Amino acid sequence: MSLYDWLLFLHIATAFALVSALVLFTYLILGGRSLDVPSDVVRMFRISKVGDALMGIGSIGVLVFGIWLAIEVEEYELWDGWIIAAIILWLGFGAIGSRIGKIYYPARDRAKALVAEGRDEANPELNAMLRSQTGLMFHIATVALALLLLIDMIYKPGA
Amino acid sequence: MSVLAVIRPDSWNFPLLLHVLGAMILVGGLITAVSAQFVGWKRSTPADALGFGRLGFRALLYAALPGWFLMRFAGEWIAVREGWDDVEEEPAWLGIGYITGEAGGLLLLISIILAGLGVRSLKKSGADSSTMIRVSTVLVAIVLVAYLVAMWAMSAKPD
Repeated sequence: MSLYDWLLFLHIATAFALVSALVLFTYLILGGRSLDVPSDVVRMFRISKVGDALMGIGSIGVLVFGIWLAIEVEEYELWDGWIIAAIILWLGFGAIGSRIGKIYYPARDRAKALVAEGRDEANPELNAMLRSQTGLMFHIATVALALLLLIDMIYKPGA
Repeated sequence: MSVLAVIRPDSWNFPLLLHVLGAMILVGGLITAVSAQFVGWKRSTPADALGFGRLGFRALLYAALPGWFLMRFAGEWIAVREGWDDVEEEPAWLGIGYITGEAGGLLLLISIILAGLGVRSLKKSGADSSTMIRVSTVLVAIVLVAYLVAMWAMSAKPD
């Protein structure tokens, strides 16, 4: 396999990691909206660590291997419109993604605190955090940005 | 570097987008499910076993299965359009794609049935583990590895 083959594989593999994290977080966010009992919330968020790892590897990897590919392949330049668009979409994705964590991780921590205090019953404050409309909107925005990134990568407008 | 890998007919773009999107949702669903099932495997309380078993089952049913259908349908769309479904000697990457797609789909179906039956038995018995869910976990892990190999074959396209 050539360097190009490896770079393309790693670029796609990290893109899969990023979207897999999105699938996992979509599942947690939508699932969390129907939960009331703190111990159920704590249980569900235990798998969020996998999503965090995938998101970290995916978001960094997809950018690094993508830029490396653009430098390696003669047909592409870093200043091509579709590559600049991808970088802008990636920045938007990162900016919104970091805000989502600030909304849902306090909910997980609150659920943990309630369980530790022995108050494993429906809690209005926790329910409001889990059903945050802002969190849901931000998450939908990251899904839309990821979809736009995928469309940009496949259609390569202007290439 | 393979020029074909960089330049492909524009007519592939939409089915390729659906194929890749389906594969990403499939892998995301499998990772979510196997994460929940592995965490549930280690837990000893009946509530955790049921909770994680249910999380895994739903991730397989609502994410991995629709992802598989989208990936397989769009893959076949490209194959028919390009006449790859009727070649005498198919390239290795295509063969790997077909084998993992078909066999992985069957294993995925079996793992969903086992996970569903396992959740139902845990609900009835109140036990702290289910052999059916454990078998499902192993199958899901095998399918995930198979799809990672397929992803490598599809992106790097070895001869």
